[in-house]
Amino acid sequence: MFESLANLVVYRGLAFDPESHFGAALHFFVMDVTKIFVMLILIIYIMGLCRAFLSPERVREYVRNRPDWQARGMAVTLGAVTPFCYCSSVPLFIGFVEAGIPLGVTFSFLIASPMINEVAAVILVGILGWKLALLYILAGLIVAWFGGIVMQRFKPERWVEEYVWKIQMGQVAAPEQDGSLKGRHCYAASEVKEIVGRIWKWVVVGIGIGALFHGFVPESWVSEHLASGRWYDVPTAVLVGIPLYSNATGIIPVAEAMLTKGVAIGTTLALMMSVAALSLPEMLILRKVIKWQALALFASVLGIAFILVGWVFNLIT
Amino acid sequence: MKNIKVLGSGCKNCETTANLIKIAAEQAGVAIELEKVTDIAEIMRFGVMSTPGVVVDGKVVHAGGLPGPDMVRQWVGE
Repeated sequence: MFESLANLVVYRGLAFDPESHFGAALHFFVMDVTKIFVMLILIIYIMGLCRAFLSPERVREYVRNRPDWQARGMAVTLGAVTPFCYCSSVPLFIGFVEAGIPLGVTFSFLIASPMINEVAAVILVGILGWKLALLYILAGLIVAWFGGIVMQRFKPERWVEEYVWKIQMGQVAAPEQDGSLKGRHCYAASEVKEIVGRIWKWVVVGIGIGALFHGFVPESWVSEHLASGRWYDVPTAVLVGIPLYSNATGIIPVAEAMLTKGVAIGTTLALMMSVAALSLPEMLILRKVIKWQALALFASVLGIAFILVGWVFNLIT
Repeated sequence: MKNIKVLGSGCKNCETTANLIKIAAEQAGVAIELEKVTDIAEIMRFGVMSTPGVVVDGKVVHAGGLPGPDMVRQWVGE
């Protein structure tokens, strides 16, 4: 449906040659913009209708006072299904610490949350197919699980800023929610407005880059630089991803374009994870609660994990 | 006079929330005392982990994300 729409607009309406660079790029852009935004709005609305009003405050209550493996399992799952804006990561971090939740578990949550969310998951299925979507989610869960455990080994408590330990948190006051159909509709509609308003820029930029890549980057360049089949493809992809920051949804069209040009699956996955989870702005915000050593450790653990994921997937596919 | 606090460490959504409340109060012709709480320790004292949070007369009425226009009117109105 979206492809024929793009055909109609770009090739018939605007009379671009499908063989030209610009025509191919524009076609990709029109197709992905329409497809992704229709999906975004639908999914966020439906999720908003059904969501049991999961908030970080609730997550904290679920996770506290549980044995380590249970707490980590919940932190990873809840991190994957709770949308949260990274500007909340400081109060979230302090709230978890204050509740006595181990730092390793908190890090598992902080890794899972930006990397996996239901919106990205559904769009992954729509654009790249369910097999790749499943691989991405599985890999993300595994990285979050073990990343937190590895962080814990280094005793990160010594790198938490002093004042964090002193903060006393008040009784968690969850505001009342309107559970009626009308209340749910209002909630879902405001979610759509809020989330789309927040991430549309990343998505458009992502689609733009994907389109340029699709239309202008020749396959010979790709096979030489990103798909050489040599071991350093994956580390290169991870390094490239660190300074790039995007929402997990925004990177999907880039991945789509890379895969059609013959970049290996593991390399593509590694880049996606690196872009979504390793971001400078988020790190700098976390600096308010943890010292540089912990940040460096966090970044290295994630970087190494993504490289391993990339290698493993390149080997088995 | 109502005391309304907006909890948030200065992200864009917190600014917007404070503005929404200010405008709603002006439209309703209600005088309110609007405070922005940016100190993280103080925010946590209200038990709020997702910002922006809104506190009306000492009670947390909202946490996380932009509030809807109906909610804002209710806060300044009653």
